[in-house]
Amino acid sequence: MRDSRSPSVDTAEGPDTPPPPVRRPRGSTLRPVHLLLGTAALAVLLLVSVLTGAAELGWQRVLAEIGAQLTGGVSPLSEREAAILWQLRVPRVVLAVLVGGALAISGAAFQGVFRNPLADPYLLGAAAGAGLSVTVVVTAIPQVNLGTTGIAQVAAFLGALGGVGLTWLIGRSAGSDTATLVLAGVAVGAFLTAAQTFVQQLRVESLQRVYMWILGRLSTTGWNEVLTVLPALCLAVVVLCACGRLLDLLGTGDEEAAALGVRPGRVRALVLVAASLATASAVSVAGLIGFVGLVVPHLVRLALGGSYRVIVPVSLLFGGAFLVGADMLARTVMAPAELPIGVITAFTGAPFFALLLHTSRRR
Amino acid sequence: MSAVEIEGLSAGYRGTTVLSEISAGIGDGGWLGVIGPNGSGKSTLLKAMLGLVRHTGRVRVDGRSVSGLRQRDRAKLLGYAPQLPQLPVGMTVTDYVLLGRTPHLGPLGREGARDLDIVTEVLERLDLLGFARRELSELSGGERQRAVLARALAQRTGVLLLDEPTTGLDVGHAQALLDLVDELRRERGTTVVTTLHDLTMAGQYAEHLLLLDTGRVSTEGSPHEVLTAELLGRRYAARVSILPLPDGSPVVAPTRSVVSGRE
Repeated sequence: MRDSRSPSVDTAEGPDTPPPPVRRPRGSTLRPVHLLLGTAALAVLLLVSVLTGAAELGWQRVLAEIGAQLTGGVSPLSEREAAILWQLRVPRVVLAVLVGGALAISGAAFQGVFRNPLADPYLLGAAAGAGLSVTVVVTAIPQVNLGTTGIAQVAAFLGALGGVGLTWLIGRSAGSDTATLVLAGVAVGAFLTAAQTFVQQLRVESLQRVYMWILGRLSTTGWNEVLTVLPALCLAVVVLCACGRLLDLLGTGDEEAAALGVRPGRVRALVLVAASLATASAVSVAGLIGFVGLVVPHLVRLALGGSYRVIVPVSLLFGGAFLVGADMLARTVMAPAELPIGVITAFTGAPFFALLLHTSRRR
Repeated sequence: MSAVEIEGLSAGYRGTTVLSEISAGIGDGGWLGVIGPNGSGKSTLLKAMLGLVRHTGRVRVDGRSVSGLRQRDRAKLLGYAPQLPQLPVGMTVTDYVLLGRTPHLGPLGREGARDLDIVTEVLERLDLLGFARRELSELSGGERQRAVLARALAQRTGVLLLDEPTTGLDVGHAQALLDLVDELRRERGTTVVTTLHDLTMAGQYAEHLLLLDTGRVSTEGSPHEVLTAELLGRRYAARVSILPLPDGSPVVAPTRSVVSGRE
């Protein structure tokens, strides 16, 4: 095809010299700078968040306390201050990192599997399933505490997985394409939400508590919630990070992916199971926090390009950082009262997202 | 270099048989053109060869049956460019072409220097080096088709299956693309199987034509044997004339019916 239609390519070495190998373009592979930036953003937000609260701890004393814990030195904090730091603030901030990371990495995975930038972690009925389960628990056991690890968390986890499982079964029976699965998710979500409303009507006094749970919140009892999320999230992170290139391949369509030696159905199942596990574990301890799973992968895509090899791991870091920042706002905007964190994520995320979309289109 | 033999291949979707008992063959470095009216099973034939649809019968490459092979091993023998490729959003040309190396990568899926060298060579050969860092969405129709071909070439297979590679291209770009495939075939001895709607181009580029009709082989042979006005008129329900070019290759020209009262 050496004709006038071909673009002119500047080959300074001359026609007989082979060209130097192409360099991977920006955003193709995970570079240390991506991880460094994400980790730095997270570390700064972590420190600021740990310092934010009614009790003034002081950043020098907190840093000295961390140093003392690492080296076995003398703590500069009183016993009460140390308890505030290690049993209240640090677990809560760590939980924010884990929940934000779980939602963002799941959102990235869902967007990759469904080749749809509007996909979010709740697309396949996880939110509706968890909502129904928690509502059933609240109406059956009115004295249950939704803020601590216990039966409500287990119910939310199982409900989220049940919702996704039901969607999967219905989707599989109707066909194997992704559009069918999304439609099945819509049907399951609508049905379970209707069932939730019905159960709520049986006990109207449960409405407020369920509503607060649906808005999402981060409350901890020591390290229990962190330990609840951690195993499922670790597993999901390993699987999803390993599937980044496969998600890129799914972007070419099932037939091309299969022609390149990949089994798209198996990849999709593996990714959806891992992402649903991460979503369910996040929902079980934090309720339904919207927008993180939708916005964060988008921001990463706009900043670093379209390869899921980058989007998936970087979303984990920035999802954590985003939720730590949102939690800080939730605790301070109307202090001493606390806003539901879901309100903050939507309130800050939506305009920021709109602005980014606007500027990226103009570019 | 790979000879391809198709033996008694039948295929279909969800209980519907689309192809019945197709047998054909093409030698090392040959070009088999698959033609036929809409719905005759051309694309399904390529997909059955790739194992993408349920099928019975055998496909052999250099005498070795590919039907029992794992999908990954089959992808090392058969390269494929679909008729309507889906191009991943936000992906660059280099990354897209690198996906063609998938069957050759290890379990972690990491590309090495050799993979980048192969991609560089393919991009240079297809005059796409200048577009290496561009996103696929920024390419014109002709450039996209070349990128898809580059992705298939990066598989480094002995056989290329191209489903309507000139879809959406004007006559100049279509010719340029088929010239390029022909050059590669001659240089590397790659065996080419293409489906083509344009019968004149099919006759000019393919050595051997396979005419399908309602999922069965209607006729096969050289372009002169297959591209006849009588046969095409019957199979396509079309009025055509066959005009010979100075080099003897046939041109299939549609002719308009005579409308009464028209001057």
